[in-house]
Amino acid sequence: MAANVKPTAPDTPAPWDGFRPGLWQKEINVRDFIQQNYTPYEGDASFLAKATPRTLGIWKKLTTLFVEERKKSVLDISPIPASITAHAPGYIDKDNEIIVGLQTDAPLKRAIMPFGGYRLVATALKTYGYEVDPKVDETFTKYRKTHNDAVFDAYTAEVRRCRSSHILTGLPDAYGRGRIIGDYRRVALYGVKRLIERKQEEKAALDSQPSLDDVIRDREELSEQIRSLKELMQMASNYGYDISGPARTAREAVQWLYFAYLAAVKEQNGAAMSLGRVSTFLDVYFARDLEQKLITEEQAQEIVDDFVIKLRIVRFLRTPEYDALFAGDPTWVTESVGGMGDDGRTLVTKSSFRMLQTLYNLGPAPEPNLTVFYTPTLPEGFRHFVSKVAIDTSALQFESDEIIRRTWSDDGAIACCVSPMVIGKQMQFFGARANMAKCLLYAINGGRDEESGDQIGPSVPPVLGDVLNFDDVQARFEKTMEWLAGVYVNAMNTIHYMHDKYAYERIEMALHDYSPLRTMAFGMAGLSVVADSLSAIKYAKVSVVRDATGLVTDYKTEGDFPKFGNNDARVDQIATWAVTTFMSKLRKHPTYRNAVHTQSVLTITSNVVYGKNTGNTPDGRRHGEPFAPGANPMHGRDTHGIHASAASVAKIPYRDAQDGISLTISLVPVSLGKSAEDRVGNLTSILDTYFGSTGFHMNVNVLDRDMLIDAMDNPEKYPNLTIRVSGYAVNFIRLTRDQQKDVINRTFHGSA
Amino acid sequence: MTEAATPVPIEASSPFELRVNLGKDLPETTVKEALATGDMGFLHSFTTGSFLDGPGGRVVAWTTGCGWRCQYCHNPDTWTLRNGFPISVGKAAEELRKYTRGLAKMNGGLTISGGDPLMQDRFTAKFLAAAKAMKVHTCIETNGFFGEKLTDEEIGTIDLVMLGLKAWNDELHQRLTGRPIEKTLAFARRLSALKKPIWVRFVLVPGLTDDPEDIAHIAEFAAGLGIVERVEVLPFHQMGRYKWKQLGIPYPLDSVVEPSVEATQKAIDVFRANGLKAT
Repeated sequence: MAANVKPTAPDTPAPWDGFRPGLWQKEINVRDFIQQNYTPYEGDASFLAKATPRTLGIWKKLTTLFVEERKKSVLDISPIPASITAHAPGYIDKDNEIIVGLQTDAPLKRAIMPFGGYRLVATALKTYGYEVDPKVDETFTKYRKTHNDAVFDAYTAEVRRCRSSHILTGLPDAYGRGRIIGDYRRVALYGVKRLIERKQEEKAALDSQPSLDDVIRDREELSEQIRSLKELMQMASNYGYDISGPARTAREAVQWLYFAYLAAVKEQNGAAMSLGRVSTFLDVYFARDLEQKLITEEQAQEIVDDFVIKLRIVRFLRTPEYDALFAGDPTWVTESVGGMGDDGRTLVTKSSFRMLQTLYNLGPAPEPNLTVFYTPTLPEGFRHFVSKVAIDTSALQFESDEIIRRTWSDDGAIACCVSPMVIGKQMQFFGARANMAKCLLYAINGGRDEESGDQIGPSVPPVLGDVLNFDDVQARFEKTMEWLAGVYVNAMNTIHYMHDKYAYERIEMALHDYSPLRTMAFGMAGLSVVADSLSAIKYAKVSVVRDATGLVTDYKTEGDFPKFGNNDARVDQIATWAVTTFMSKLRKHPTYRNAVHTQSVLTITSNVVYGKNTGNTPDGRRHGEPFAPGANPMHGRDTHGIHASAASVAKIPYRDAQDGISLTISLVPVSLGKSAEDRVGNLTSILDTYFGSTGFHMNVNVLDRDMLIDAMDNPEKYPNLTIRVSGYAVNFIRLTRDQQKDVINRTFHGSA
Repeated sequence: MTEAATPVPIEASSPFELRVNLGKDLPETTVKEALATGDMGFLHSFTTGSFLDGPGGRVVAWTTGCGWRCQYCHNPDTWTLRNGFPISVGKAAEELRKYTRGLAKMNGGLTISGGDPLMQDRFTAKFLAAAKAMKVHTCIETNGFFGEKLTDEEIGTIDLVMLGLKAWNDELHQRLTGRPIEKTLAFARRLSALKKPIWVRFVLVPGLTDDPEDIAHIAEFAAGLGIVERVEVLPFHQMGRYKWKQLGIPYPLDSVVEPSVEATQKAIDVFRANGLKAT
């Protein structure tokens, strides 16, 4: 199929021809459209098509650019401040692309997005050897305040202290908060004009409301949303497409949907710019086209491949500090695949398979962040396929469809890594994570930081005596959590107030219903360090070592103690207590815009950063050593195999961690069985067990540690080696050496 | 028989770790009573989620104590009973209970391996009975030497026996394991009479057990039993070498190289040629 041809097809019927009626026609209701029209698929993967020469040609062009990019870290930067319409159209291969649209005017060329924070942009430009445009500099230092400026105007001294002492890190006060998923499907289904009309209705409905803060802000936001929808149409028009009306074919549906997503990533550089749950939606169009013999299976796959190619080349300009926290250039273009519907039919369609097939057609890659909504009641063909893909590529993550569907809806999707929300009806105020291990150390040291000795928390008497007593430490810890929760909510309210004010996500919010549910997504890092430390204090004998000022800087632990990750109730209970207790402290504090408090047990790669900034802990972990990622047991301490390890993590209560609980496992291939067939069956049974119980999330790696060690020293041999870390997948050779060592040191189930 | 005075933690590490003398402080009378009654046993460690020790995903208990001295053993620390930690059968059952739901979902069960579980035949019998009471699928991995210590009824509580058939030739077998093969064969015949399914495990060591004729004899015997569901050919590996060194035992196979994929396939083919399912 030649590219950049306006889809004319004069005999194409009206866009909704052949679709079954429903509520979706009268109101903006994508879920209803899906429920009325989709075709569940319970078969296997044998129908899938391989990559065409066209696809491989385009991918090859990009692969050459990737090598360049890896050498320079950033291939190129555009000096034009980004917006939906700022850049002229760009192409990878104009004659051959099926789905068009780039963030800037050239592939892998990154845009500057100063609204989030100008200092960040200036630092990034300097880091990569680019000149700062004096006009841009002047605009954002003299005339236009940024989110970053504003947040620091309103931060309290206490929040600043907590940031610099690293008990709160990664807060989105200098980069886009992300964690918003526009319902991009609406653009394909309705066309932009209808969506503008709807927004105008929503705005008009506010006329009768008294003009106070909240209402005034909402009216302004709705105006901005409407404006952004018009810009979206303009952007598409620049590429030669009129997207005012609904899509008429599968290719148009993908193109319209992609344009909407593209507008979002032109406007915002949120840490996570997730895609939503598009495969099953798009399958309605693919099924219609295939039935009418407008396309073949090969062409259908080709469209999906081309779409995914675009998703793989989304790029944002970041600073090195950001890269340490979120290594490997992640964008979290998370696509949620599969799951079941409320009425008992599976939501797996052939396009669910096609989406995963891109990992074979284009090779493994960390993006899009392919996420399977898993439950043992999924059709066996799909369950076996996803197990096979996980074994072959180590690029998939799995989430509990049961928990997500029953808590939120069967039209939920994951934002970023583990955080579910109802598409188009919910958004998250992202809040990174608090360092719980350091919080425990503050409790022991009366609020003083164990590295600097500075008084960060309120000054209270530190622990007395030489041997730590569990009840005493637990009580102090609870009080310290109470204080930290207050500072954390304080920081988050400030951040999100200012983000709404100075860096509002116009197009993403335009693709939500007016007044979505807002959750405030807190987080914790170091859970297993905390659990093991308290276990040591309770079951062994932990003596403190103080420096000259009386600050506890080290611990001597005598005797053995149960460790998290061995399905031992004695320590697992401590971990669940910590999660539930911190959640209860957070909930005490009012939130900006009445957002609902949630938290995640998730670290991304900040487990390494946090480890560097945290002193010796009572569990025996030494200063500088990384925490375990997410909710994982500490490296090497889960010694009873995968069933025991996962069982411990499955005990963490989702009701007190509704932003997600992240578990990353690494399995040596031979441990899953001798033959490829055995391995698929056995991995499926592991997933069935975990997600048939209370397990929430699982990143699955199936690889040999030796391969990773080899990749550390010989990266050129492994350009596509994808590995899952806490909450996302990353190209292994793009991690720093420390991060690579951290991954290698993890427990590899089934090996010595 | 009372529980050991101090509650024994089950933080036993993985089977890959060297574990010695965990039971050394127990009085001799206690040990003798344990062996006689089976109310207490000695374990090196236990694993969960294993797909390599029987069907499905399994909990594997690694007992200590083995009368054989196989040259290729990769867990020589399991030879000595007192290297294991003492645990009451009640505690062992309690630990197993935590996994029963998952084991059902993974079509797995309990495997008692080691060491040789039949050296602690009473403990093994009681542990198996406890597992059956929980409706858990049971398996033991043994060389069969002490098979006569189990009654027919006790064999009835075992769903699957994983039996090591290591060499056929008398002299070779004695050299390889320190024991003759007779009792193992007798146990196998008894299992056949009882219609008890067997998986045969055969370790392929280049230069030692790779004589095709010798393997063929084993295959013939196994095929003749009529109850061998599958044969697993295990290529020799050197992961246990450090244990022999740490224990100060002269390691006869130090310079042996792992068998090639082709050599392993050849051995598999011999079993298949006798009509057996082999991997």
